[in-house]
Amino acid sequence: MINRPLTVLTALVSAFNLAAQDNPTSWYQNINADYSLQWQQRYYPQQGEPGQAQHYSSAAFSADWYWQSADRRHQLALQPYLRWDQRDNERNLLDLRQAYWQYVGDGFDIKAGVDIVFWGVTESQHLVDVINQTDAVASVDGETKLGQPMLNWNLHGSAGSLELYLLPYFRERSFAGPDGRLRPPFVVDQSQPQYESAQAERNLDFALRWSRRFAALELGLSYFEGNNREALLQPTAQNTLQPQRLQPQYLQMQQLGLDSLWLSGSWIWKLESIYRKTRQQDFVAATAGFEYTHVGLFGSNWDLGWIAEYQYDSRDQQAPVPGQNDIFVGGRFVVNDIGGTEILLGIAQDLDNSGSQSGKLEASTRLGNSSRLRLDAWFFRSDFNTDPLYLIRRDDFLQLSLDYYF
Amino acid sequence: MYKPLCRTTVLLCGLLLAAAAPADDVAKGLQIAQEQKARDTGWGDSESELIMVLRNAAGQQTERRMRTLAFEMPDDGDKALTIFDEPRDVRGSAFLTHSHPTAEDDQWLYLPSLRRTRRIATRNKSGPFMASEFAYEDMTSFELEKFAFRYLRDENCNDQLCFVLEQTPTDSFSGYSTTHVWLDQQHYRVQKVDYYDRKNSLLKTLTMHDYQQYLDKYWRPHKMTMHNHQTGKSTDLLLQSIRFGTGRTEADFDVNALERAR
Repeated sequence: MINRPLTVLTALVSAFNLAAQDNPTSWYQNINADYSLQWQQRYYPQQGEPGQAQHYSSAAFSADWYWQSADRRHQLALQPYLRWDQRDNERNLLDLRQAYWQYVGDGFDIKAGVDIVFWGVTESQHLVDVINQTDAVASVDGETKLGQPMLNWNLHGSAGSLELYLLPYFRERSFAGPDGRLRPPFVVDQSQPQYESAQAERNLDFALRWSRRFAALELGLSYFEGNNREALLQPTAQNTLQPQRLQPQYLQMQQLGLDSLWLSGSWIWKLESIYRKTRQQDFVAATAGFEYTHVGLFGSNWDLGWIAEYQYDSRDQQAPVPGQNDIFVGGRFVVNDIGGTEILLGIAQDLDNSGSQSGKLEASTRLGNSSRLRLDAWFFRSDFNTDPLYLIRRDDFLQLSLDYYF
Repeated sequence: MYKPLCRTTVLLCGLLLAAAAPADDVAKGLQIAQEQKARDTGWGDSESELIMVLRNAAGQQTERRMRTLAFEMPDDGDKALTIFDEPRDVRGSAFLTHSHPTAEDDQWLYLPSLRRTRRIATRNKSGPFMASEFAYEDMTSFELEKFAFRYLRDENCNDQLCFVLEQTPTDSFSGYSTTHVWLDQQHYRVQKVDYYDRKNSLLKTLTMHDYQQYLDKYWRPHKMTMHNHQTGKSTDLLLQSIRFGTGRTEADFDVNALERAR
């Protein structure tokens, strides 16, 4: 799976060498190098249903090399990422999050290589964001992504921006292994994923997005066609020699997306909506809400941001996601202290089932000049065995992380 | 460092001015501000390296490092892009402002870890910038339309003869009821600013030091000190270097260019 990124890596290294021959002294000074190390400890108060452990340690290393030509036309970026998990082998990862060359022209830019692209505006879930595969074992919120090989062409003008993507290689979603937590009772067998496309992971996916800003309004329209980033999990044929397993199946999909933001004073109104069509079904989903920021709470330096978002999915109770008719309410405290302390508290409540809810705490503060300490906590509640949250109802956890930047 | 004689003159001047028609003071205030703006027009674009030293009431210090790119817009407010270098955990974050003389500014924050650009509600301008004693509104470009001006008096400051202006934000969401600004009469450079909070108490004083001239015309202070009278905290903003004519174009200050801002 990492063959492709390695080819890109080799190409980039030779590009760096070429640049070196050009001007051996100055090119090197233009390289920005940043590194980070993370140590993470998770504690699950309950044992998992299949009997997994309660304490998990993991460590990660990330390097970020970035070079820009003197005229700022050419950029090269390389960002390998390495993760080790104490128990779950499926959480071990060597990824290239970035490995690209970009050329910036007048009113356009082109990029070839691996990168991460984010589309969207909402906080509680990210519907429109489909370019990259989710590194699903990294975090519950799905905000950690795997690098995506791409050819990207962007045009910028008075009519807005147009982004075009050719995505020649598909990255499989990561799933927890037998010893991992936050998984269905049956293990996902990742050795033989199935594809609807005959080209499988080499299917040429295609995406485009047009976006424009009209004063206080920001609007984005997007289209994606290719391998669905979300997998269908199909039970494998029952076999007396092997326990029941789930097999990921990636269908072809077409998706239309809308993301929009409207700023009005201290209010930011947000909307994301998608229409997605696969062989199996078509559906509409949306997230709509606001963020309201109150600065200088009680005459202090504290800011409090309120976030409220409604989550809709037309698949209703059959939706493989928790947010089918749910409301998310959260508060973000920004202390504005030397340590840049922030605390985010949020709860998602299912409006159909009062017994289905999840909540999260994300708090972080800086230690010294180079480290950040993070505390994250999640809880999941559900009484209904058809609810995706039901599968992880015993997987509440507390997580302490220390990031060191150098 | 003022002499007793000046003090008397200032008092006298003040008395005389108080008797004058306020409309004249308003006209004179605006005239001075217009001259100040005119003398700082035409610099084009600049790139500066800054160190921010945050000091608490006990004198403990913390440093921040950043770079600011600025672009002058002839018919609109200026554009500014600040890229954070230290502390290391926010390295690569970039803060973009498109200021507008008569409308609310547009601001975005780019977070490299998520590759995500967030729009910021600019009404929250009174909040602290990077936990410093500078508020976001203290960091934006000077636009005449954002204030009502009134000439108060002449007074000596930093061994020079200065105008003292009352500069009142027109935006009701500013954190200040008013500010008093000391401008030297020779070069129209800001020497000192007193900020009054919404309860009309003196909140902060900004002093400018070590002015240097660039392109034979434009003066830039190499040290700005913001002292908070109510908390005892202070922040020094040190200009390490500044270059003009860097070849940046307006496109470098577009939201789309934020991910390349390193």
